[in-house]
Amino acid sequence: MSLQPFTQVSGKAAPMLAANIDTDVIMPKQFLKGIDRSGLDRGLFFDLRFLPDGQANPAFVLNQPAWQGASFMVVGPNFGCGSSREHAVWGLKQMGIRALIGSSFAGIFYDNCQRNGVLLITLDEPVLQRLGQVVSQPETALINVDLETQQIRLQGEVIPFEIDTLRKTALVLGLDAIGSTLQRSEQIKAFEHQHLTANPWLS
Amino acid sequence: MTSARTLYDKHIDSHTVCRLDDQGHVLLYIDRQVINEYTSPQAFSGLREAKRGVWRPGTALAVVDHVNPTAPNRIAAMSDAGGARQVSYLAENCRDFGIELLDILDKRQGIEHVIAPEQGFILPGMVIAAGDSHTTTYGALGAFGFGIGTSEIEHLLASQTLVYKRLKTLRVTVDGELAPGLTSKDVIMALIGRIGASGATGYAIEFRGSTIDALSVEARMTICNMAVEAGARGAFMAPDDKVFAYLKDKPRAPKGVLWEQAVQTWRALHSDADALFDREVSLDASALEPMVTWGTSPDQASPIGARVPDPQDISDLILRQDMRRALTYMGLEAGMPLSDIVISHAFIGSCTNARIEDLRDAASVVRGKRVAEHVRAMIVPGSTEVRDQAEAEGLAAIFIDAGFEWRQSGCSMCLAMNDDVLAPGDRCASSTNRNFEGRQGAGARTHLMSPAMVAAAAITGRLTDIRHFGARA
Repeated sequence: MSLQPFTQVSGKAAPMLAANIDTDVIMPKQFLKGIDRSGLDRGLFFDLRFLPDGQANPAFVLNQPAWQGASFMVVGPNFGCGSSREHAVWGLKQMGIRALIGSSFAGIFYDNCQRNGVLLITLDEPVLQRLGQVVSQPETALINVDLETQQIRLQGEVIPFEIDTLRKTALVLGLDAIGSTLQRSEQIKAFEHQHLTANPWLS
Repeated sequence: MTSARTLYDKHIDSHTVCRLDDQGHVLLYIDRQVINEYTSPQAFSGLREAKRGVWRPGTALAVVDHVNPTAPNRIAAMSDAGGARQVSYLAENCRDFGIELLDILDKRQGIEHVIAPEQGFILPGMVIAAGDSHTTTYGALGAFGFGIGTSEIEHLLASQTLVYKRLKTLRVTVDGELAPGLTSKDVIMALIGRIGASGATGYAIEFRGSTIDALSVEARMTICNMAVEAGARGAFMAPDDKVFAYLKDKPRAPKGVLWEQAVQTWRALHSDADALFDREVSLDASALEPMVTWGTSPDQASPIGARVPDPQDISDLILRQDMRRALTYMGLEAGMPLSDIVISHAFIGSCTNARIEDLRDAASVVRGKRVAEHVRAMIVPGSTEVRDQAEAEGLAAIFIDAGFEWRQSGCSMCLAMNDDVLAPGDRCASSTNRNFEGRQGAGARTHLMSPAMVAAAAITGRLTDIRHFGARA
């Protein structure tokens, strides 16, 4: 499955700077009962986005006019911690989120985003705090993320960011990771033969 | 590169098919994977759509654990249509791709991280990846286990490999004797409280020290299991004679000459004496007290003798806001003694703490006593084998006599994907691993602690210091 390539995207950035937003909060349990990926936009941040009577919660950032339809979220430390559920990333993607910008992300969540073409940008905490303040103002919430030049452009400022070349290439080209790996099938077979010969109890 | 290597390095080096760049990415060979019904469906669908096969079906073991009911009378039928569809699709996938499935009526069924060691499916030196974050549990056997998402499950099924980036290493040294009543749960909760919920993000943790050596293999699993709650993407403990004794004669463990050969190889599985770690932390186990969480992140934990902390005392703005939000959700006042917190539910279960030793520990606390009038107390054994064993030992009778529900095995109220769900405002003393908002039910409140502490709370109806609970049988 090829992914939508990520080169340069402009859009609103919604701030959500609380620490330790876990994947249970991003995608609650009642939305995990499917055997496909559909309908997860409904479940995204469900208990925060909706009031008990089912109405949209006006206090939640993605419900506010200034950040409705955001392409990015600027998030607090350890975003995506907890459960491995990839449903959290599928939901973000279905809501139109193309990149998350934070100071640290949980490991499994990081890999899940990468495998779905969602860019994760890690910035130092002071830089992130400043960016968070800028996008918290409705009039400066519009930003541009350029993966090729590794820059976030906001009003009056350019913030550079780092990313591994391997991850960047996969995102820019929208590569099918499994297809790429299977091109190395002969190498895997050779390794496997040697590995199982040396450790026969693994057979 | 120096010749001295950590146990983590040894696992990665011995499983590297090839290096992919000079930034630490390798193609990593995976020896085993465990598959459940809820994170795997889209991976199998992906294989079907791309007309790809499973590389080595015999290296995968599937089990139903997350969505199944735990009602005492076990039947195959499920009233939850979504869960039932996941279970039937798992069966269909296992049949079509040649993967062994332990279905709901199988005597070997249970929570994946309980049954995989129980079956001898996990061996020292292995690298295991699975679609569940608590795959770190397998570190207690000298294996390297880590959680992955569904796309990675598909990648692994198709190629037996993952594109993997090498982690940094953190060594946690735990020395000293645990006071009576304290368990390995208190050790890992204290560590998480100390280093924070992202304190080990980007790291693999190796645990060592006299405290670890003295623990049973099952108790060690509790520590490795919860390492992920500090952000660790892997936990290690060098395998010793206890591990070899635990594994010997397990159904899938090697036998005869092969066993001898394997053990000889496994004895080399330890960090070299002069291996360097990127970071070191040490913990004095003799100074620990029983731990409980008061917030909505596993690092929001304190000794039971403490009071609910006051956000005013926190200088860091984000942490202060975090604590306020947590206390509001939990319905707690700053300054109140933790031992004054009244519960409505007590739950002993999960891949963290529902093995036979956990149940023995809890039973020794409740023997001859009664669950408090206002508390609903449940025991959900980690596996059907654990359940059978507990019945054979008379533990089930102790729990039932005390007023606990004695249920069938599954993940159950740890994440409440099945029908074991708390209502808004319910407050649960829980032997599980996550106290996240809504984890056990929307609006429900979770306090994490050891199984013995849950048992004591069930009896008194409030959070209780196990050390002052009175004589234990």
